[in-house]
Amino acid sequence: MNRRVFLTTTAAGAAIVAFPAVLRAQTKDPIRIGFPLPLTGPFAAIAGDMKQGAELGVDVLNAKGGILGRKVELLVRDDQLKPQIGAQRTQELIEKENCQFIIGGLAAHVQMAINEQTKKAKVLFISTSQSDEISAKPDTSPVTFHEALNPTITSRVVGKWVMENLGKKWWIVYADYAWGKQNNLVLTETNKKLGGTVLGSTPYPLGSAEFSAHLPKIQAAKPDVLMAVTPGADDIAFLKQVKSFGMHQQMKLAKPLHWISVAKQGGPELYQDVYGGINFYWELQDSIPEAKRYVDAFQKKFSIPPGDYGVYAYSAVLEVARGSELAKSTDGEKVADALRKNPTYSHVKGKQWWRACDNKSFQDMWILKGRAPGQTKGDWGLLDVVARVPATEDMDRTCAEKGHTA
Amino acid sequence: MPDISLAALAAQVFTGLVLGGIFVLLAVGLSLIFGLMTVVNFSHGALYMLGAYFGFVLMGRTGSFLVALVVAPLLVGVFGLFVERFLIRPLYGRSPDDPLLLTFGLSLVLVEVARLIWGKIGVTLDPPRALAGAVNLGFTYFPSYRLFVIAVTAVVLVALWLFLEKTNVGLVIRAGSRDPMMVRALGFDVGRIWFLVFGIGTGLAGLAGILAGPMRGAYAEMGVTIIIESFVVVVVGGMGSLLGAVISGLLIGQIVGLTTFFAPKLAEIIVFVFMALVLLFRPSGLLGEAGLLE
Amino acid sequence: MKRRALGWVQRHPVVCFFVVFAIFPWVVPYKSLGSQVLIYGLFALGFNLLYGYTGLLSFGSAAYWGLGAYGTGIALAKLKVTSLWLALGIGLAAALVGGALVGFFCLRRRGIYFAMLTLAFAQLLYFVGFHLADWTGGDDGLRGIAVPAIGIGSWRLPLDRSVVFYYFTLVIVGLAVAALKRILDSPFGAVLQAIRENADRAAACGYDIARIKHLSFVFYAVFCGLAGALDALRLTVVPIESLHWSTSGQVVIMTLLGGAGTFFGPFVGAATYLVLEDAISVWTESWPLAIGAIFMAFVLFLPRGIWGTLTGGFHGR
Repeated sequence: MNRRVFLTTTAAGAAIVAFPAVLRAQTKDPIRIGFPLPLTGPFAAIAGDMKQGAELGVDVLNAKGGILGRKVELLVRDDQLKPQIGAQRTQELIEKENCQFIIGGLAAHVQMAINEQTKKAKVLFISTSQSDEISAKPDTSPVTFHEALNPTITSRVVGKWVMENLGKKWWIVYADYAWGKQNNLVLTETNKKLGGTVLGSTPYPLGSAEFSAHLPKIQAAKPDVLMAVTPGADDIAFLKQVKSFGMHQQMKLAKPLHWISVAKQGGPELYQDVYGGINFYWELQDSIPEAKRYVDAFQKKFSIPPGDYGVYAYSAVLEVARGSELAKSTDGEKVADALRKNPTYSHVKGKQWWRACDNKSFQDMWILKGRAPGQTKGDWGLLDVVARVPATEDMDRTCAEKGHTA
Repeated sequence: MPDISLAALAAQVFTGLVLGGIFVLLAVGLSLIFGLMTVVNFSHGALYMLGAYFGFVLMGRTGSFLVALVVAPLLVGVFGLFVERFLIRPLYGRSPDDPLLLTFGLSLVLVEVARLIWGKIGVTLDPPRALAGAVNLGFTYFPSYRLFVIAVTAVVLVALWLFLEKTNVGLVIRAGSRDPMMVRALGFDVGRIWFLVFGIGTGLAGLAGILAGPMRGAYAEMGVTIIIESFVVVVVGGMGSLLGAVISGLLIGQIVGLTTFFAPKLAEIIVFVFMALVLLFRPSGLLGEAGLLE
Repeated sequence: MKRRALGWVQRHPVVCFFVVFAIFPWVVPYKSLGSQVLIYGLFALGFNLLYGYTGLLSFGSAAYWGLGAYGTGIALAKLKVTSLWLALGIGLAAALVGGALVGFFCLRRRGIYFAMLTLAFAQLLYFVGFHLADWTGGDDGLRGIAVPAIGIGSWRLPLDRSVVFYYFTLVIVGLAVAALKRILDSPFGAVLQAIRENADRAAACGYDIARIKHLSFVFYAVFCGLAGALDALRLTVVPIESLHWSTSGQVVIMTLLGGAGTFFGPFVGAATYLVLEDAISVWTESWPLAIGAIFMAFVLFLPRGIWGTLTGGFHGR
């Protein structure tokens, strides 16, 4: 007797829970873009910038009437820098929240896990994470797009510039994980191809801030340039220790990527005269009109200038919109096709385009150098633009090298 | 094989001493707490982190590194007193795993609170101007601050030894480590002693944190890997043995330093391999006693 | 009334398990969460066998979860195995062998030394997994896992829909639960609990406690490995974090939340942890703060966990 009551009550309860979902499907649904990213953890500052970039993108879209006349919603989730959580959040975003699109990821390994879920559900995923694999077999798929730079691109570009401008004898210190190893590989290749020498390559465990073990050895070898493939907080610890040993007076310091939030935290004393590549820097507003519009809008909404990774998220959101409008649909595969057929876009820093075989975004890069302590411009003007490197498809591996046939 | 000049190797040994110093401070604290109270303090790494952050705040307010160096460990020790009184004491008499589990939960909470208060990126601590340079040791230039860390660790250890060997309170603590039952039977308030020991142990963790801060910066997760390494150090030395903790800390500091020099890829794993080997031949660590927490 | 109902549940755990989890996916916000609960519940079940019933605290559960996950994942992604059952079998075998070997070494020591040794082996495995990138994908994780459809004769059931995958998982986990019931009800199960209460006394009674502990360790490894293998199928990716000590820590929290040493504790704990995490993470970034505080509260005030408190089960020694 109790079991029957129990079962009927549960059935009734389940129906009541399901009812709103039925109702919702009948009205004009908003378009939902899911955005997992590491809001907690060591890269939280970069993630914060990305979240702001995406929010600005959504505002811009909604001001123009949304996508296909429907309002755009951004659903941000914390992936805690863990692949399992990233995958779980993606499943939640797709199954529970009915997101039509997913953008995001910051850490490469998390983005892979996110990608596995979007592939299964055939939902369009625009990755904003640095990774060589995401646009190559076996990870890639017709609905997997890659907006951000990757280690191959950054190391080829920065490597070439350093060879031509700073010196040919290098020592590389790199974090012993996928991103670090890839950068090390490409930097070494680039150096050798242009006739230089890599005196030594030192791996260190990611997150372990103890470099003093390696520094005397490096000093003794006397390289022209010390290449630091040291992400996040490691970079600050590294530069501190390098400077405490006086090495910055004996050799030039360069890195494949600058991160604005990390440079700000480290301060100009640490980052003075450190060279690195970047995808976007707010001072570009002086030379690029779209950048100025973006920086002004960002500054107005958030009271600080935009960072570097935020533009990936901003572009990704706008590309989702552009693709949907072109395809007149939110179906992942149709939007993907539309983007491939109309690959060129320019939202924030000049011309960018999607390469058809691997859905990879090609874009300009810049080389920046840290300003001396007296010469910074306000809280955020810590870096000088030294050179612009226009986008070309030989920045990245060829389609064939990534495993794409035809 | 990289160029092994004697000078580079010697510099390496000094680096190992610095690392060893930090390990020793942490391991001695853990061992004191364990030896006397049979409590495995999983929040030790988080307290180390708090030491660094408290130091940061103090340096910000007073502009003096010396003040931070002295006061931050005291603050952490006081915090430790609260933890003992309100979180650990209620667990007395229950399963010996309970304080371990509780302090594990506490470590999660402390890390998150640190993130909320001081931000997610972490902060930089600068060593005082006087220690910011490098000293010519003859065979290499070595950062002065690191020499300072070695010196402070040595001084603190000597002070601790004197306290334990030459004072009455120290005598009771040592006796309590050996045989808490007997000490209580002799009329001493073991609860008070535990209170004090937990405060000292956590204070040492805080000291390690403020010392490490200027070398690596302070960030919420900084205690997370070092707690595991500290446990390895204590287990290798023998849970409850202070001398074991010192020897083990210095030894493992050297091992990690030298491994980083010769075979950097193995640096992460070498402590565990070493621990497994030690435990294989000496079941209770180098100087530990059988029967503790089994 | 409640007592009698709970008593009935405790006497017929397998039936209750199937009934509750048959309707579970319709109760939780989305289906994959249900699968996650089943899988982590199984993981906690394995840990509970070793900790709650045998009294051995291991810090290295991630090793067997990871062996199961990578075993199955590599079978599907690299060895191109086409049979789902074979792939699962390979994962299980890896976990079994790992558990047997590691257990042999670690069980030579007791207490905190045992715990640290289990951690050391798990870290060793993590290191190997991290660096054998050609096989495991390294820190990018193992991808390219194609999940074959279940086939019996010429009938095929693909597992790509969440609902289908859930019921597949339910059957497998249910079988494991039934197996655990058999283990615990057997004389072997009784000796396990005797060992937890007082190992020396059990030895004095003439039991070969070394062998029994070892066997318990192997069972623990197999259950954890099965859970890991199922998760590899669920996510079609095996992240390197599967072997990380934080995974070991998670299962400890889940087991304790639910109630160590009780039969359903692990599932109650896993369900509570995961549903809470899912709900809380949407509202705040400070999930670790919430779970840390909750966990501490449980240790202090509800040491028997949710299920343990409800049923008045065992706690501590």
